[in-house]
Amino acid sequence: MPNTSEKIVEIKNLVKHYGKFHAVEDVSFDVYRGDVFGFLGPNGAGKSTTIRTMLSLIKPTSGELKLFGKDLLKDRNYILSKIGCIVEKPDFYKYLSAEKNIEIFARLSGVTVTKSKIHEIIEFVGLKGREKDKLGGFSHGMKQRLGIAQTLVHDPELIILDEPTTGLDPQGIIDIRNLILQLKNERNKTVLLSSHILSEIELIANRMVIINKGKTIVQGSVSELLNAQELIVSFSVDNMEKAKQLLANAGMTQLIDKTEDSNLLLHISQEKIPVVNKLFCDNGINVFSIEAKRKLEDYFLKLINA
Amino acid sequence: MFWKSTYNEFIKIAAKPRSYIGLGAITLIIAIILFAMKADGMSFISFVTGPFEQSLSFEGNILNGNLIAFIILQMLIIHVPLLIALVTGDLVSGEGAMGTIRLLLTKPISRTSILFSKYLAGCAYTFIILLWMGFMALIIGKWMFGSGDLMVLNSDGLIVLQEHDLAWRFFCGFSVAYLSLVMVAALSLTLSCFSENSIGPIVSTMAIIILFTIIGALDVPVLQKIQPYLFTSHMVAWRNFFEDPLPTQKIISSIGILVAHIVVLLSIAVYKFNRKDILS
Repeated sequence: MPNTSEKIVEIKNLVKHYGKFHAVEDVSFDVYRGDVFGFLGPNGAGKSTTIRTMLSLIKPTSGELKLFGKDLLKDRNYILSKIGCIVEKPDFYKYLSAEKNIEIFARLSGVTVTKSKIHEIIEFVGLKGREKDKLGGFSHGMKQRLGIAQTLVHDPELIILDEPTTGLDPQGIIDIRNLILQLKNERNKTVLLSSHILSEIELIANRMVIINKGKTIVQGSVSELLNAQELIVSFSVDNMEKAKQLLANAGMTQLIDKTEDSNLLLHISQEKIPVVNKLFCDNGINVFSIEAKRKLEDYFLKLINA
Repeated sequence: MFWKSTYNEFIKIAAKPRSYIGLGAITLIIAIILFAMKADGMSFISFVTGPFEQSLSFEGNILNGNLIAFIILQMLIIHVPLLIALVTGDLVSGEGAMGTIRLLLTKPISRTSILFSKYLAGCAYTFIILLWMGFMALIIGKWMFGSGDLMVLNSDGLIVLQEHDLAWRFFCGFSVAYLSLVMVAALSLTLSCFSENSIGPIVSTMAIIILFTIIGALDVPVLQKIQPYLFTSHMVAWRNFFEDPLPTQKIISSIGILVAHIVVLLSIAVYKFNRKDILS
């Protein structure tokens, strides 16, 4: 089992300026071994710049970047040998086959990678039978899978995926999500995942950081951060007017966010859900469903608009 | 890791369709020259020997494989840089344009090693191009036209080099021609580090060669001072091996200037490539 208290990424006060443009102003976060770490932020927040800096594609203006306990600027090759990554989109050599592409990058990974290992990884990402095909004929989803194969081929400890589901169809998004969960559960990998799709982060990440305008806004455990917030909970009821009256009688009118058809949206904490449910049921209101709505999305918007 | 990276670069060059444009173009051009010389080579020879025929008599196989190789080398050395730049100008910028540079530079190998492995692979490609040119010109030329003494026309007059005295001259001539071509490879690779697309460095390399060639040809005193230091002035240094006596000092000076250009250009490339933020 991985040592989940071991920090394998420590970013402190990262700054990157391009002349007068400040792409990253003050980003700090830690990733622990075994995390599926969500890296969130709106467009232009500095996510890609931060990831590129972590991978030595961009030189930081200032700040501290430690990975696996070592300074990136001093021990670049050691650190990169332990990382597999996709930055933005998985671009490969179109004139080479899938197998040759993996071979090319595996050869530079610092470890000896056998042909059978390459075939095993290609099979793992669901591209068995396409090894000899040139990349020119691959769809975006297939390239994304090959990108993940490329990140895994040298058995890295940390996998960095920058927007891995961009441009994928719904099935492709589910497939990539399942692959990431497999990486964590079956291969004990630490995954740093940057994404715009908040529900995706909510579903698979255990910890996250949210950045905006180049600065860290919040970081921590996904469940703790979200549970600390009030939820918007939708109660589907058969008598809307009676339900609203009951809430008013109980002094809970202020909880009503809005009503949508037969759905009553309440702004309440998790503990109050059974209380409201009991109130409705005891007074003869049928509750057909209770659904917590857009937790992370609301939390995210609340933070970046603050 | 450096040799693994160099091997990777060989594979990439070998797999790119554009790498075969050079070989195809050389094959086609030389085939046309050989065919034309076979069909009407003696008129070409008469054009060269005409002014001397009243005072000299020419005997033996003048239109031979050695002369054909010399003519081809003289004609193609002007155009081969374009074919070299077509491949070497794409080595860094092509990775940027394709997006593969992001993956390549996140591997545990230094940027300097990657750059030098690209240059080494480019030099190997240049060697193959020149070797093919040599094979087509000398071997096929001798097979079609036979062997014989080489008659060379230069600014001092006509020189006849004996057949047994030619092998080493061709070897050294091709070696210096190779040096001038790997200098062109260094130039296009350096320009490639400054660009995000493939066409820019290729066009810029040719533009620089054309510009320097024009400056080198202009008979203006202020330009004459810089002409000896322009690499284009030394790209025809291979011809010195077909002089008698051999201008040793001139050859050494040309080699020195070409090597100095390679060192300076590669230093600029290393500096730029190591400081480059990958934003593509």
